[in-house]
Amino acid sequence: MDLSLSEEQEMLKKMARDFLTNRCPKTLVKEMETSEKGYSPELWQEMAGLGWMGLVLPEKYGGGGMSFLDLSVLLEEMGRSCLPGPFLSTVVLGSLPILDIGNEEQKREYLPKIASGEAIFTLALTEPNAKYDAASIAVKATADNNDYIINGTKLFVPDAHIADYLLCVARTNELAKPENGITIFLVDAKSPGISCAVLKTIASDKLYEVVFDQVRVPKKSILGQLDQGWSEVQKIIERAAVAKCCETLGGIQQMLEMTVDYAKERKQFDRPIGSFQVIQHYCANMATDVDGSRFSTYQAAWTLSEGLPCTKEVAIAKAWLSEACKRVTALAHQIHGAIGVTIDHDLQFYTRRANAAEATFGDADFYREIIAQEMGL
Amino acid sequence: MDFKFSEEQERFRQEVRGFLEGEIRQGLWQPSCDAWIQGYLPEFTKRVAERGWIGLAWPKEYGGQGRSNIDRLILTEEMLRYGAPAACHWFADRQIGRAILAYGTEQQRQELLPKIIKGEAYVGLGMSEPEAGSDLASLRTQAVEDGDDYIINGQKMWASCGMFMNYIYLVARTDPEAPKHRGISEFVIATNLPGITITPTMDITGSTAWAEVFFDSVRVPQRYLIGEKNHGFYQILNQLDYERAGLERLMGNYPLFDAIIKFTKETKQNGKPLSQDALIRSKLAQLQVEFEIGRLLTYRVVLVIEEGRAPNVEAAMAKAYSTAFEQHLASTAMDILGLYGQLVAESKWAPILGMAPHSYLGSKGYSLQAGTSEILRNIVAGRGLGLPSK
Repeated sequence: MDLSLSEEQEMLKKMARDFLTNRCPKTLVKEMETSEKGYSPELWQEMAGLGWMGLVLPEKYGGGGMSFLDLSVLLEEMGRSCLPGPFLSTVVLGSLPILDIGNEEQKREYLPKIASGEAIFTLALTEPNAKYDAASIAVKATADNNDYIINGTKLFVPDAHIADYLLCVARTNELAKPENGITIFLVDAKSPGISCAVLKTIASDKLYEVVFDQVRVPKKSILGQLDQGWSEVQKIIERAAVAKCCETLGGIQQMLEMTVDYAKERKQFDRPIGSFQVIQHYCANMATDVDGSRFSTYQAAWTLSEGLPCTKEVAIAKAWLSEACKRVTALAHQIHGAIGVTIDHDLQFYTRRANAAEATFGDADFYREIIAQEMGL
Repeated sequence: MDFKFSEEQERFRQEVRGFLEGEIRQGLWQPSCDAWIQGYLPEFTKRVAERGWIGLAWPKEYGGQGRSNIDRLILTEEMLRYGAPAACHWFADRQIGRAILAYGTEQQRQELLPKIIKGEAYVGLGMSEPEAGSDLASLRTQAVEDGDDYIINGQKMWASCGMFMNYIYLVARTDPEAPKHRGISEFVIATNLPGITITPTMDITGSTAWAEVFFDSVRVPQRYLIGEKNHGFYQILNQLDYERAGLERLMGNYPLFDAIIKFTKETKQNGKPLSQDALIRSKLAQLQVEFEIGRLLTYRVVLVIEEGRAPNVEAAMAKAYSTAFEQHLASTAMDILGLYGQLVAESKWAPILGMAPHSYLGSKGYSLQAGTSEILRNIVAGRGLGLPSK
């Protein structure tokens, strides 16, 4: 039992923090929120140069051969800096499923491009009913000679406008159990018939409606097994939930630090507000929520990284984070007072991202039901 | 990072479970919720001692096993899971032995530690007084030097294990002139000395949870003063860290958790088990989430101890958090039981041995014992986050 990061992970963390503090200031974050692309291609290339996109990919595909746990450290720092862009989409939603279930040809074709920063990927999973269960997959892919033709609407697709490829989860067969008959396709985002419409979100991130209208994809673009994609989708959701926990953890850790600093500096009634017991207790509550988030997130990341069954650990982490971040956000604002609810204060960047993260890749209710099953209820 | 226990540790866990399940099978005691660590059975303590499980992490030279604090964590986790009657040795094993190891003289170690390890010294805690609760340093019990002895006069309250202890850990004022934090000393003394009177205090459930201890000119040889005279308050602070450091703050009513889960699986409403009701599933799953978080926060505390640091802020955080979990567990169990929740153990129709109301009533005290949640938050904010006192 050891809850601390290794020396290498501490180094990676420090390197990431220094780099992002320097290269991802809030001016950039703000600029990206209103830009069409939503990310800085120059920064993206620099990150690729640091080996971040290929961090966990094997060396033979141009990667760094590191672990998911190492990646988690990086994701936490990205959350702390509110890094805009398609990192989670490309690396967690794109490259890891290809590494998991792609054939050798697919791995050779796509993974080096991801590692080099050349290709951006995303996942088109959720649909207008906005659920993460198999029964909700209604986008249809119909066989047509050597191709499949995809039709339907995906919603809440991150970074679709800049993606070179989409992993599209589609129904290829209507069977008794909704988990059966689902297939993942690797789709060229430039294929005719794909149209994207941007959604305006609280986090000002780039989520899209992606409509597939008679989109023709070759059979060889199937990722994994025909009709048997759901088990991989579950893995993708689990991994993405942990990644989102890591980002959120970085965000709420930063909120705690900002808030404590503010409570030490801000004076009212001739004393720092942080000397009032009520403020101290609020801060203690925040710290407890953040530490609970830290250990549960890293427990999930470690378990996943070790290749052990992690359904319960992931569910614990995301169920906790989804609610802990509400509490931390609320107290950070209460302590910051009115200045914290202005658009010019940095706190709002974190609040909006934390609030959006609550439901992304499953909310607390979703994971509580999974835990109930794990408990044998 | 490694969130697993080693194979050897897992084997130890199995060994402890095997022992406890064997005890239960033989009907030697019944598992119960015991957040105050009231359940005591001298024979049980004796059997635990025979296995070398008291003073597990203490040095071998004093009869301990020199094992890691993680082994001790495993041991206590299983004791709590099964609601074992461990009160006779619990306090000495948790904090008093450690205080003697840290501050005691060689003579004190040789005299007291083997007795604790053999399961013969049941050490109770004499800290709080009528006018000294959270503000422990304002205590009034006095120890006045008289030749080779101290003469002790005063009163202690909320003495854990007070009705069956044969030793008491006592803090008393040894310098009435000094500022209040700087005139306090620690003692460990036998409770059969002339002048000591012990009377029980019942808690809200009607159980004898603590005792009041009166000292009327009790003569104590000077050699029972632990550590440095007048420096006791600083020694206590260290000890309190350990008092708060364990899983008993999270698992004090753990048997209720198992019992209420089982109850929802076995009880049908409208032809379906309660456990299939969405609201109940959500409530129980939420408890599981909170429990796992408490477990991680407490494991962190033990790892801090294992590193050789006193678990100050970490223990304060874990304890404040964990007792809130215990209260939430008790309250949720009551919600699930509805009208049946009010039936106490002896009542006809009482479900799950009346554990829920017992724990629910008792749980009001969980966030008071060993540092109120307010004092603990002060520690997290002040020492942990560096917030100013003025």
